[in-house]
Amino acid sequence: MDANGKTLASLKRGQKGVISSVDATDPQVQRLMVLGLVEGAEVEHAGCALGGDPMEFRFFGCGISLRREQALSFSVSSHGSGV
Amino acid sequence: MSKAAETRIPLSDISVSRQPNASIAVVGGPNSGKSTLFNRLTGLRQRIGNYPGVTVERHVGTLKTDGKTIELVDLPGTHGLSAHSFEEQIAINVIFGRMEGTQPPDAILAVVDATNLYQGLFLVQQLLELERPVVVALTMFDVADTSGLNIDVAALSAHLSGIPVCPVVATTGKGINELRNVLVDLADQPAPAPAESWPELSAAAEQLARFATVPLRRAEIERLLIDGAAGANQHVLECLGANAAAEIERHREKLFGFDPPLAKEARVRYGWVRKVLDEVQQTVPPFYSWRTRLTEWINRPVPGTIGLFLVMAIVFQAVFAWATPIMDLIDDGTAVLGSVVAAGLGDGALASLVSDGIIAGVGSVIIFLPQILILFLFIILLEDSGYLARAAYLMDRAMRLVGLSGQSIIPMISSFACAVPGIMATRVIPNRRDRIATIIAAPFMTCSARLPVYALLIAAFVPAQAIGFLNLQGLVLFALYMFGIIAGILTALLLRKTALRGPKPPFALMLPEFRRPNIQTVMIQLLGRAKVFLYRAGTVIFSVAVVVWALAYYPRATDIDPTLTENQASAAQLEQSWLGRAGKFVEPAFEPLGWDWRVSSAVIAGFPAREVVIAVLGTVYAVGDEADEATLSQRLKSATWPDGRLVFTFPMVIGLLIFYACCLQCAATLAVIRRETNTWRWPAFAWLYMTSIGYVGALLAYQLL
Repeated sequence: MDANGKTLASLKRGQKGVISSVDATDPQVQRLMVLGLVEGAEVEHAGCALGGDPMEFRFFGCGISLRREQALSFSVSSHGSGV
Repeated sequence: MSKAAETRIPLSDISVSRQPNASIAVVGGPNSGKSTLFNRLTGLRQRIGNYPGVTVERHVGTLKTDGKTIELVDLPGTHGLSAHSFEEQIAINVIFGRMEGTQPPDAILAVVDATNLYQGLFLVQQLLELERPVVVALTMFDVADTSGLNIDVAALSAHLSGIPVCPVVATTGKGINELRNVLVDLADQPAPAPAESWPELSAAAEQLARFATVPLRRAEIERLLIDGAAGANQHVLECLGANAAAEIERHREKLFGFDPPLAKEARVRYGWVRKVLDEVQQTVPPFYSWRTRLTEWINRPVPGTIGLFLVMAIVFQAVFAWATPIMDLIDDGTAVLGSVVAAGLGDGALASLVSDGIIAGVGSVIIFLPQILILFLFIILLEDSGYLARAAYLMDRAMRLVGLSGQSIIPMISSFACAVPGIMATRVIPNRRDRIATIIAAPFMTCSARLPVYALLIAAFVPAQAIGFLNLQGLVLFALYMFGIIAGILTALLLRKTALRGPKPPFALMLPEFRRPNIQTVMIQLLGRAKVFLYRAGTVIFSVAVVVWALAYYPRATDIDPTLTENQASAAQLEQSWLGRAGKFVEPAFEPLGWDWRVSSAVIAGFPAREVVIAVLGTVYAVGDEADEATLSQRLKSATWPDGRLVFTFPMVIGLLIFYACCLQCAATLAVIRRETNTWRWPAFAWLYMTSIGYVGALLAYQLL
């Protein structure tokens, strides 16, 4: 986990971040890594459903929806404030 | 390359299709535009079947050019060569030639969405290790262009061991001829060199291949290294022999260290993809399209949710309102056909079998076809445009409260028209427990076959009095719909807490960009699904219709009073038929619910298909075919027990309605549950469970009200 403790779940709508580390022990997280959520990927929080969960993220032209608790496994270093 | 063609073609097809010169597997991620491309390449020269023993559809098409016949096999979408769902497992098994009854493909057509090279190139890297010729089709090249992606196709090909890369626009046909020319000779091309992305892995596989007792592909050994010896990889381990065990361990340690192998693979491969993308893809500021605007608007939680309810309302409206005129037409048509045939065949058992049994029985299925086709059309349109995934995402939180996930919402909604397509739609749910819980909950939704029974009983026995600005009849109908929804949800919740207990499934769903659905793809899919429905439901209902007819027709009465009218005579016949006897036999069981033998016989006759009930009630209360429902409801109102008490009292009717809301009186649904769960246990459970709830509900209503 990053020193600042930021994860994908703490990105605001429209904000971008680069994944800095992934806690890969959970097989479900490994599955998400196979879909492309790995260190170095720039990810934007594109929106969410009512109540803020699940969240939608976009990276390299693909969109994925994750539940908040899954988003917690991906630490990000914030970079750029997005649109 | 026609080595195994004989075994691949079913006997029935030999007369029409020649042996293909080569078989090419069409591999790509979900939403990569794979099906649209496949349809564009093969057109209507395709057939849809099932893989042996499973419900995954097998699409095979042919491509004819230069006197050669190439067979294309459209595989279920997969992100990579390690399976995370049942459908992915099927795709991977076919690619490796492990699928029973199918030969390994001679070559691979890799379909990659040009706007999503990132995930596409992950898969292509793995396909390069198959040691078979590969061609990459870059689909939606026009969309990539307008959204500001400049792709250097030649440079991309150079990074992928020099395999051909063909940009195509499947919707307009641009680039299709070039791709076709590549496909014709593809199987004769040499296999590509190993992927440059992870040379250590390729080298390790190359080295281990020397232990193999039968030839193994690099990709197979790589999967063994990464995914371990579970499942199909066990076979690879055995082929390598015991001597290789120590070597395998040494390689795994060197390759992965302390990382989970799958995570390591994702890191290495996507790291390489990012490097390649920097070189082959330039992003210019995108054209601000309607897609972007729409996506942005719909991504706001409140408009998105309102939008979803609007879409559902339109689908409902279409299914129930648009279908009615066609359904009336079919209804009249079957009646006319039945009477014409009856008139032509005379008065015997054959005439009765054809007109009352077959035409009326099969007509009762055909009548739901317009609704089901409209429903299918909307589901396919929503799926193709990319909205279906978004609906699942928007509803996930609500569905999680009842132990399901967002993906269950579409099957549930579909079941309001008919549980059969609803249950077929559960295939999108990757988690098995979730899927079964949804399948068992779906038949509780008020399907359109329940509606006629509700309408008849409500109109006859619920007073049309106003309550505030609402009408009591409408309120009862609404309550019945709500009852079904709540019963379904509680059932799902109960199952997820008991028999289907398990970890909360993750919800990782790819959300594709909106795109305009392709007419050809939509029509081919619609036709395919309609055929499957008609065949499956049709065969079941047909046999059931014949059986119910026979039970009501035999044994023939010999001593019917000739002074009776025709209607009274047919009622007397029914009373002493097997069906009537069965009704009388079970009357004691249903008496606590307030049902006499006539209601009981109608209910028994309705077990194969609930819509039959009205027809049987009509016969048993001797109104005959020519009477409309108003007279039937009057007959029901005046029906009495032998001691003069009314049969249809208010508590009895409420109980009967509750029974109908619950009871799984539908052989087609049971058959489809059997197919989709691959066991008789679940349909048996669903039947017993729903029937008991219906019985107890009706009992409580009759005794307590």
